[in-house]
Amino acid sequence: MKRTNEKYAEQFPTFQILNEEGEVVNEEKMPKLSDDELKDLMTRMVYTRILDQRSIALNRQGRLGFYAPTAGQEASQLGSHFALEKDDYLLPGYRDVPQLIWHGLPLYKAFLWSRGHFVGGQMPEGVHAMVPQIIIGAQYVQTAGVALGMKKRGEKRVAVTYTGDGGTSQGDFYEGMNFAGAFDAPAIFIAQNNRFAISTPVEKQTKAETLAQKAVAAGIEGIQVDGMDVLAVYVATKEARERAINGEGPTLIETLTYRYGPHTMAGDDPTRYRTKDLDSEWEQKDPLVRFRKFLEDKGVWSEEEENEVIERAKEEIKAAIKEADGIPKQKVTELIGNMYETLPQNLQEQMEEYKAKESK
Amino acid sequence: MAQMTMIQAITDALRVELKNDENVLLFGEDVGKNGGVFRATEGLQDEFGEDRVFDTPLAESGIGGLAIGLATQGFRPVPEIQFFGFVFEVMDSISGQMARMRYRSGNTVNMPITLRSPFGGGVHTPEMHADSLEGLMAQQPGLKVVIPSNPYDAKGLLISAIRDNDPVIYLEHMKLYRSFRDEVPEEEYTVELGKANVKREGTDVTLIAYGAMVQASMKAAEELEKNGVSAEVLDLRTIAPLDVETIVESVKKTGRAVVVQEAQRVAGIASQIVAEIQERAILHLEAPVLRVTAPDTVFSFPQAEEAWLPNHQDIVNKVNEAINY
Repeated sequence: MKRTNEKYAEQFPTFQILNEEGEVVNEEKMPKLSDDELKDLMTRMVYTRILDQRSIALNRQGRLGFYAPTAGQEASQLGSHFALEKDDYLLPGYRDVPQLIWHGLPLYKAFLWSRGHFVGGQMPEGVHAMVPQIIIGAQYVQTAGVALGMKKRGEKRVAVTYTGDGGTSQGDFYEGMNFAGAFDAPAIFIAQNNRFAISTPVEKQTKAETLAQKAVAAGIEGIQVDGMDVLAVYVATKEARERAINGEGPTLIETLTYRYGPHTMAGDDPTRYRTKDLDSEWEQKDPLVRFRKFLEDKGVWSEEEENEVIERAKEEIKAAIKEADGIPKQKVTELIGNMYETLPQNLQEQMEEYKAKESK
Repeated sequence: MAQMTMIQAITDALRVELKNDENVLLFGEDVGKNGGVFRATEGLQDEFGEDRVFDTPLAESGIGGLAIGLATQGFRPVPEIQFFGFVFEVMDSISGQMARMRYRSGNTVNMPITLRSPFGGGVHTPEMHADSLEGLMAQQPGLKVVIPSNPYDAKGLLISAIRDNDPVIYLEHMKLYRSFRDEVPEEEYTVELGKANVKREGTDVTLIAYGAMVQASMKAAEELEKNGVSAEVLDLRTIAPLDVETIVESVKKTGRAVVVQEAQRVAGIASQIVAEIQERAILHLEAPVLRVTAPDTVFSFPQAEEAWLPNHQDIVNKVNEAINY
């Protein structure tokens, strides 16, 4: 009997285009992006880093609620999103608010979602996306359904979802990929491996050497990507999208990444489970640093441009928080009204009760 | 009109809706070529194609997710869970996801899903096939739970369920599938969700039942009649949300009530009904509202079902207790 658990690591080598110094190490795979597109990508990453810094600060001031930090994952989150089209359907996890924002969710609504207001879950017309998913893995099985729907409609669109390394241990993670595979549905499954699920290191999730190889169990394409390299993530997603819309089925993309901050702002302290050495090792891999270097070497990015983005981000965040502040408080009658198309007896009765209460 | 069993009426409703709305999709384990383990979807794949009626991998959670995803793309999914004892695998997709979608999206996304599933005792099924788990569903805001007791209601309620723009759990009692035939119109018609049916008028006691316990209650009512007790039988048809108006109206008339369910005493929905009656009609009650239920054990081993499941005699006894209180 041949042992099979060793050869997978060779089958799933890490795909990289830019190294830590911003040098192109895989010329053949360089995407054909214009200078403007490259700058747009950098703009989004810088903006999102600022958004993370401001969100943490606003959370500490009590002006935001639930918040899952994103710093470090910009290449993974935004490089993959950059490869999508406006019509593609996004099923984010709770840390994937940046993708939603760049997909069209207004910033003030993202803040309302953080605070816990139903207006934050109201996607504008034409923004094809689900509210961030709290139940880890649920977005994966739903993605199979969204993708099958697109296939049945004969549309050239894809469904894209994200989970973390811990999420790959869930049953729904496997079922979602397996369903999409069995139906040859146009889905892209992204597993953002930031090495920790709260305090649990990825080694405690599985003995598998890569998460990408979990695609084998579903019989679908799998690829491991340097998740700190925005060009590699972009290319991997773009290629997965091409395969999907050409009827070649789904892909699992593992992005090797890191979160510089805590798991969430609800009291998690990463110094309890991560070493300074590990933090500094990953800080050297910062996706912004290497992409900035790459763009500066090309002569298409400058400090002034970056500062403009930072200032614009700060202004827009300020304006969005103000807009969120201006949204009226939620009423129980509104919550009741959002339950069903037609209110059943019990809720009709409770509606009257709360109308009376609210009119006092 | 045609003479149909409940399963034929269900198939007929599915056919009507597949024809009526091209967005209706039927899927589940063995519902396609095989026509379902109970033949509920017999012939439907041949008639409407594999694109509309199809098999899935064996994974209930995946089926739930599939339904949710398809609903976001404008389809009207009618998934099947082979036996409702397997609902635990798909609890998140049902209670954690589809039931909440309209609310969590601030009324911008709805889930027009009808989840069909067989349940119910009396047919000696293996473990986890017959359990009455409707109580779990009834406790989840955002769902509707429908349980027909006869072929006519089965067709009309299923058509209504499929046309409803919110998720409906449609539970089919296995013992009722082929136990009797009924006149069922061949054309389409609907039975309104959320409305109980007065199956039998009476003046002394109200029997409130659903599923297989409706027949048992009817049988009990006939026997009680012989002893001069006039029982009114309500078939709830929708167990969540409850038709409290019809229940309370009947109890105010009779002054006594017995709630009958096949589920264990701590399960089902009988306690909810008792609570509603005592809040709304206590001054009309001549006796406490009593319950006929299964005992609070795990569902019976097949060979002990007869002793374990509530039957018409249990109902007669409980009514006499209420009458002689």
